[in-house]
Amino acid sequence: MEVRSQISMVFHLDKCIGCHTCSIACKNIWTDRKGAEYMWWNNVETKPGTGYPTRWEDQGIYKGGWEKNNGSIVLRGAGKRRGLTNIFYNPNLPVIDDYYEPFTYKYLDLIESPEGDDQPTARPISLITGEPIDIKMGPNWDDDLSGTPDYARNDPNMEGLSQAEQEVMFQLERMAFFYLPRICNHCLNPACVASCPSGAIYKRGEDGVVLINQEVCRAWRMCVTACPYKKSYYNWFTGKSEKCILCFPRLEAGLAPACMHSCVGRIRYLGVMLYDASKIQSAASANTESLIQQQLDMILDPFDKNVIRAAKMNGIADSTIHAAQFSPVYKYVKKWKIALPLHAEFRTLPMLFYVPPLLPVMATVKQVDNTQQSEKMNPMAKYWDDNWLYDTSTKDLWGTLDQVRFPLKYLANMLSAGNEEYIKDKWKKLMAVRIYRRQVTVGDVSVEKADQVLQDCGLSREDAEGIFYLTALARFEDRFVIPPAHREQAIELMDFTGDAKGEVGFGIKNPIRRGN
Amino acid sequence: MNAFDNFTLIALPYIALAVFLVGSIYRYTYRGFQVSSLSSQFLEGRRLFYGSVPFHWGVLFLFCGHLIAFCFPNSVLAWNSQPVRLMILEVTAFIFGISMLIGLINLFIRRYTTPRLKFVTNQMDFVLYVVLITQTFLGLWIAYNFRWGSSWFSSLLTPYLYSIFKFQPEISGIVPLPWTVKLHIIFAFLIIGLIPFSRMIHFLVPPIDYIWRPFQQVMWNWNRKKVRSPGAEWSVHRPKNN
Repeated sequence: MEVRSQISMVFHLDKCIGCHTCSIACKNIWTDRKGAEYMWWNNVETKPGTGYPTRWEDQGIYKGGWEKNNGSIVLRGAGKRRGLTNIFYNPNLPVIDDYYEPFTYKYLDLIESPEGDDQPTARPISLITGEPIDIKMGPNWDDDLSGTPDYARNDPNMEGLSQAEQEVMFQLERMAFFYLPRICNHCLNPACVASCPSGAIYKRGEDGVVLINQEVCRAWRMCVTACPYKKSYYNWFTGKSEKCILCFPRLEAGLAPACMHSCVGRIRYLGVMLYDASKIQSAASANTESLIQQQLDMILDPFDKNVIRAAKMNGIADSTIHAAQFSPVYKYVKKWKIALPLHAEFRTLPMLFYVPPLLPVMATVKQVDNTQQSEKMNPMAKYWDDNWLYDTSTKDLWGTLDQVRFPLKYLANMLSAGNEEYIKDKWKKLMAVRIYRRQVTVGDVSVEKADQVLQDCGLSREDAEGIFYLTALARFEDRFVIPPAHREQAIELMDFTGDAKGEVGFGIKNPIRRGN
Repeated sequence: MNAFDNFTLIALPYIALAVFLVGSIYRYTYRGFQVSSLSSQFLEGRRLFYGSVPFHWGVLFLFCGHLIAFCFPNSVLAWNSQPVRLMILEVTAFIFGISMLIGLINLFIRRYTTPRLKFVTNQMDFVLYVVLITQTFLGLWIAYNFRWGSSWFSSLLTPYLYSIFKFQPEISGIVPLPWTVKLHIIFAFLIIGLIPFSRMIHFLVPPIDYIWRPFQQVMWNWNRKKVRSPGAEWSVHRPKNN
């Protein structure tokens, strides 16, 4: 057993309101620079939708991640032979148009235009060429546009859904969508690290953050291809690849990453998990059906005496073990098992987990007769002439699971490598907690029934309270349990802040001269 | 032997080599951020194929060819002792030369006709194109007109290059050579001198160790076992990976 610690995340999709505050917080701190304008280390996608870059989940196009090959795993579009022979021209590299051409507006025209008959306008201009452009794409171009033919119907997660299922999914009255915020998953088996010819990308041992050494990156661009989540971005100006750094300077100072700190819906949780690094290889090459189980098996119980001993032997600080015991991520992922990794089938062992969304999909719609109700209304009142009613009742308990507005298969393709049972299990648990809380607060559900549903999905009342607390009430320090970086012990974790002022992060130390 | 020959065939090589050595080491050591191939595939990913691939494979083959003729002149001469083998070598090299030239021209056209690339192009790129295209053209010209280059390179130029590296420059053998050959030598050293100042620096950092490197890399900023041990000596050292 080789115990290592990993800073890991949980995103609770039921709580995401799709406000993009996380993206903006990240952009303002890290990527508001020339060459990085198009990068969104954190982005929020509407699902079903094509995402950013367009159809990133379709590895038939982007050739990212690992694939199984004779019991072992190989990189799909990069790797030693392919990476080195394609080094002069990478046939699987997305280009800027797969993301979007970054733009701004000529705001000054609003002020400085001469007086005339027409209102001055701020024309969009490209942030690459400075020329006026027609904006064709943006990082969230399909925001809230679920159901549209161009976006939702091109979602790669539709694979395996019958035509009828898709049609039902996009019926106007039944249509539903949810948001998927994404950052780098800081994987345990990162494809970007494995693909980097110059060895510039590495995983930090202390906390598992995956970083690109800007001094060693030589623009061979293989990481962009290899990352199946397309979270390694090529800076076209500096000629270096960049990616989410999990705000490690903030983490080391005990602060939550900017995207998480700023999250309006408080959907984000961050904490340490201890895992057994000796199992990485076998877990990543497991059969698709057992991928998630194997990944969960790698995560160790931080209360187990043997684990604690092995962790200490491996130099993990007591404070880190302590943080692991209070980790909200551990609770969601391993204790309650209601969070799943995104696209486990890419085999990178991502350490960012998602609680599948329940609210937008569980409510069913039915047709009712509203005339009686409408007649009672004041003639001045707005008259609703549609007769659709959202049914959120819990009368047919598990029966509704199969009639949800999203086919289970859709979420299974996204969050459980196609296994619908996983999604069903998580939904049942989430539903059970709601029924239990309804019994506690409203009281129109009997105690027996509440206990019955909890028992059905293997939760205790304590667990249900815990899930409820951490989901609905958790305070900042419950959501973010960040282990101390122990800079007093290892002053070399980073330079002295005084020395490094103005040069931390991804700023440019040496002047770059490109362009005119 | 006049002053011009002395300058171009003795002084220039030494200047170029010195600049190359000092400049490259300095740039690699202190300006690591500036060591990059500065790929522009991200901005233009289609036409690059027809430029970059023929150019790079061509230049790779020809560089290795010149290197082999420099390192093992006798082997090359022995190989060339049979006309068939000589022809194979010459024709292959010529094809790679043409490939390099076509690649360069495609790259040149691509760079100056794609609007987006204007913003990642500087004067040094232009200088590089001019120097490299001229050099490739000269090489092809020489190969075609003064046959057979692979043989007389080994017997004439290799001794000259050895004399340069032995700090006993001896140019009497190459002074009578045609001016095109001398120009080829001058441009070769010019290119060497330009390496630290241009994107050509990436030629010095080929990712060869990737072949035997393990896929995954985990780095600790400090020795995690030692730092936790109270008995360990305390010392401050700067991490290499940040």
